[in-house]
Amino acid sequence: MGDKKQDELQMIPVYIMGKKYDVPAELTIMKAMEYAGYQLIRGCGCRGGVCGACATVYRKAGDYKIYTGLACQTVAEPEMYLAQLPFYPANRATYKFDEIEAQAETIFALYPELFRCVACNACTKVCPMDVQVMDYIAELKRGDIEKAAKTSFDCIQCGLCASRCMGELPQYHIAQLARRLAGGKLAPRSEHMAEIVRQINDGAFDKWIADLKAMDQDQLKEVYSNREMEPHMGDENWRPKENRGLVS
Amino acid sequence: MKLAYYPGCTLKTKARNLEDSALAALKALSIEVKELDRWNCCGAVFSLADDDLIHHIAPVRNLIRAQEEGCEGILTLCSQCYNTLARAHNLMIDDEEKRDTINRFMDEEPDYKGEVQVIHYLTYLRDHVGWDALREKVKTPLRDLRVAPFYGCSLLRPDDVAIEKDPTILEEFLSALGAQTVSLTEARECCGSYQSLANPDAEQQRLGKIFGAVNRSGANAIALSCPMCEYNLGRQQHQLLEQNANLTATPTYYFTQLLAVALGIEAGVCHFDLNGKPAFELLKEKSYIVSAAS
Ligand code: FES
Repeated sequence: MGDKKQDELQMIPVYIMGKKYDVPAELTIMKAMEYAGYQLIRGCGCRGGVCGACATVYRKAGDYKIYTGLACQTVAEPEMYLAQLPFYPANRATYKFDEIEAQAETIFALYPELFRCVACNACTKVCPMDVQVMDYIAELKRGDIEKAAKTSFDCIQCGLCASRCMGELPQYHIAQLARRLAGGKLAPRSEHMAEIVRQINDGAFDKWIADLKAMDQDQLKEVYSNREMEPHMGDENWRPKENRGLVS
Repeated sequence: MKLAYYPGCTLKTKARNLEDSALAALKALSIEVKELDRWNCCGAVFSLADDDLIHHIAPVRNLIRAQEEGCEGILTLCSQCYNTLARAHNLMIDDEEKRDTINRFMDEEPDYKGEVQVIHYLTYLRDHVGWDALREKVKTPLRDLRVAPFYGCSLLRPDDVAIEKDPTILEEFLSALGAQTVSLTEARECCGSYQSLANPDAEQQRLGKIFGAVNRSGANAIALSCPMCEYNLGRQQHQLLEQNANLTATPTYYFTQLLAVALGIEAGVCHFDLNGKPAFELLKEKSYIVSAAS
């Protein structure tokens, strides 16, 4: 927008919680709301399309469909009906991760409401990340934890699925449990990780850290500015010259 | 006909013995089937309320998945999945108004107009392999087994989804495996279904009647195709026996386990541990078991 005056901007009408506002075209939904005077404390986070805090629901004039998107990424259109959801309540089961097993029965016991799913697919339709939500619920009903972890991988935990569920499931919490079980108990252990932890514990990097700690601010700045970075188009064979931090 | 295989949820958890034996048997018969890429629970029970369409969404969606994969048929094993899918399929053919409502509700999917035939494994064996051809493939005829086939409800009722009217299909199948069969009226009745949880006394009476008939017939094994029947007749049998000293224990098997054993398939695939010890012991005693180790 820069320093353009308001009357030079092309304005579009939007409805925020039912009230009409004229906002500059090409703003994101989030910025349109802020332009209209709303201060977003919840339902807003990174502003970069990463954190998932700003998942939003909107409608368009003359269309029965519910639309969703990230408010910080989706550009407002004329006649949009907008509101920002700060949070949608959904129960998360508590468990001690060390004490549960990566089995279908674990999920059934913690989330028995899983079986209230009727495959209506409203969850999938509302997902701003295009996750096949109903599919991962179906996979969990048959105990396929690994597949559900993959299917739900792009979930940003916005909770819109739970808001639409006629079975009242907290899908995204169930999926998170599945991913934890898959990652923590089913996926093969990474051997090099164990090795580097051993080296850390043996003090292999202590001197390096101590050197850093001893530097003054200017030295630190210099080291930081001159750090070696992976080239943007680096291929998989790229290796850093600085390799003190790699497993030896 | 291109077929999609629909396992159903129970076969992936509590009834692995049904699925794994069935798939191994198909392989031994040189039949290839491919599981649907995407599928959801069928709902397990076909909703009877006239205005309750939402519970038909799940089975119809599976039929759509099969259609999307270019399949003309969907092959099922579990009696309850078979029943639910077949009835939903019929509903979509017979009731134009409901079909439209259901199709319009699923506005993210292609319409379904009844393009996919629902086929039970048993019917498939009969029609695509044939009993004579099956008999020839049998390596271990189950001669000393006297088997009572138990049909239960889901394969037989209502009429329009019955895999056979006045069924003899299980008897013919078991005969092809070399077993003797006994046909019982009680084997065409309900196993008690979910009453085992809601009304255990009525369930026990029902089971008492079934096992009375099984015992009188001299059967030493029961063959079935439904995880619900297997739960009531198999897993819960010990309760019945504790309360009725006059009844004799009779191991239960999924029909596909007997098929796999007769085809000489290594017994590990059948997961007999899920049936309980006596089931395995009986087959071992008759020297029918082929184990990977030996
Ligand atoms: S604010 Fe983080 S994704 Fe929009």
